[in-house]
Amino acid sequence: MTDTLSQSTSQAAPDVVAEEATVKIRVRDLDFYYDDFNALTGITCDIKAQAVTAFIGPSGCGKSTFLRCFNRMNDLIPGTRVVGTVLLDGQDIYGPDVDPVDLRRRVGMIFQQPNPFPMSIYDNVAYGPRLHGVKKKSDLDDIVKTSLKRANLWKEVKDILDRGGLTLSGGQQQRLCIARVLAVQPDVLLMDEPCSAIDPTSVQKIEDLMAELKSTVTIIIVTHNMQQAARVSDDTAFFLQEVMGEPAHLVEFGRTAEIFTSPKDKRTEDYITGRFG
Amino acid sequence: MARRDSKDLANRVALTGFWIAALTTVFILGAVIVYVFVNGIGEISLEFIFTKPHGVNAEGGIWPMIVATLYVTGLAMLIVTPIAVLAAVYLAEYAVQGQLVRTIRFAADTLASVPSIVMGLFGLAFFVEALKLEFSVLSGALALSFLMLPIVMRTTEEAIRAVPKYIRWGSYGLGATKWQTVSRIVLPSAAPRIITGIILATGRAVGETAVVIFTMGTMIYTPVLPTDPGRSMTVHLYQMAMEGINLPAAFGTALLLMVMILAFNLFARWLLRRNRRMQG
Ligand SMILES: Nc1ncnc2c1ncn2[C@@H]1O[C@H](COP(=O)(O)OP(=O)(O)OP(=O)(O)O)[C@@H](O)[C@H]1O
Ligand SMILES: [Mg+2]
Repeated sequence: MTDTLSQSTSQAAPDVVAEEATVKIRVRDLDFYYDDFNALTGITCDIKAQAVTAFIGPSGCGKSTFLRCFNRMNDLIPGTRVVGTVLLDGQDIYGPDVDPVDLRRRVGMIFQQPNPFPMSIYDNVAYGPRLHGVKKKSDLDDIVKTSLKRANLWKEVKDILDRGGLTLSGGQQQRLCIARVLAVQPDVLLMDEPCSAIDPTSVQKIEDLMAELKSTVTIIIVTHNMQQAARVSDDTAFFLQEVMGEPAHLVEFGRTAEIFTSPKDKRTEDYITGRFG
Repeated sequence: MARRDSKDLANRVALTGFWIAALTTVFILGAVIVYVFVNGIGEISLEFIFTKPHGVNAEGGIWPMIVATLYVTGLAMLIVTPIAVLAAVYLAEYAVQGQLVRTIRFAADTLASVPSIVMGLFGLAFFVEALKLEFSVLSGALALSFLMLPIVMRTTEEAIRAVPKYIRWGSYGLGATKWQTVSRIVLPSAAPRIITGIILATGRAVGETAVVIFTMGTMIYTPVLPTDPGRSMTVHLYQMAMEGINLPAAFGTALLLMVMILAFNLFARWLLRRNRRMQG
């Protein structure tokens, strides 16, 4: 795991190295296709390291699609195609030498619907490490404990680790999924509407969690909740598909504080103030 | 007003029709069960289950037939399960969904609807004669496995497809390969339904007559090796009844057979329900 990391650093192009401390992911002229349908066009942006970036925009404007470009989850959907470049730590993740399976360890993902596996809480968290060759019980125990702690779930489940993950409440399940991802030590965490299917107290817990995690993990979150975007994120990207059937694009990208107080684009302002979407 | 009345009437007629149909179904089922039970229960005893038949009228027990039946279906299950599951995994997860896969699926469905006596004839020609396996438990099991294969394959395929996409994505998202995802997440999640399919197919095989009469033979013999011949309970029942040898023994056998199949089906249902509870 550390191998891939140091490797990618050493392979980075010189001009990228200079800014590496601040930019985690660099997207240039990205177009995305579902078969013939051009879903996204001309996306260019820099995602900052150790920060939370929020993706906002009306339903169907390609936020999830774009998010899945970062861990090549779209590869699993037949007929999809990416044009343009996505550099993670300076390395082109669509390059010929990149194995999407390895990439997905570094770029974890949380889905809208909590999706624990039908197995115990312990096994859920240990799943990733086991895949990647951790066998010793004591090592696994450590990883499970640390990951559950980082996901703020340890206190609630430490005595019921062998109980089925599906017996937890929705909010706990979502934190279990976060722990499961943290167990493989990703440096980017993609969250696709992680709070839209869970209760408000759990939402609070997950927002707190994001604030704690961002010192070590770069977080990108898709959300339909403007207050949430304003609360948790450092940067915000606003996407819009202006005409049905036409590709969506990135309308505005900048500091969250600025986007929410003085957006440069009229369409951003309309969306944020709830005039459409 | 008149229209309303006629509508009400139509409603009532339809409802009565449904009731009669439903009652008839229950009645027929009940009648069969009661008839077999009343005629068979007198025969059932420990001796009937655990001893061999003797004499010209095959008095005594049906132990060799019980052994042969369980042996041949158990062996068929062992043969069918790995093949059907691997084929289903391939069809559901790996094969490029297109003409070939559709053809395989169509072939499986057709195979499932081939009359079992035709399958028996095939078994006789192919396993018994061409492969020189003789009348044996092995020939019977192979022929039965042809009968079970499409059922198990299709239920397994459906069970695999029923595993939600977002659970698979959870696995891929952690850096799992396709095979890791299939073997560690998809198959375990689908296992209860796969097992149910296997049990239902086995239940069908237990009740099968035509296939085994052609492939395992009719000799009353307690098989030990797979190459031994034997007589299944269904075949025994057929001969006792059709040749008028021993009608009470036929009913006793029939009752035992029904109990066995019922037990299989209840077990399958219990498995499914338990699983549904666990996945909450
Ligand atoms: N698997 C797919 N095949 C074809 N088209 C798709 C697929 N998934 C999404 N799309 C299309 O791509 C566009 C973007 O979808 P996407 O799900 O990324 O939007 P979104 O911004 O995440 O929407 P929401 O806020 O509702 O989640 C939509 O027009 C959608 O219909
Ligand atoms: Mg979405």
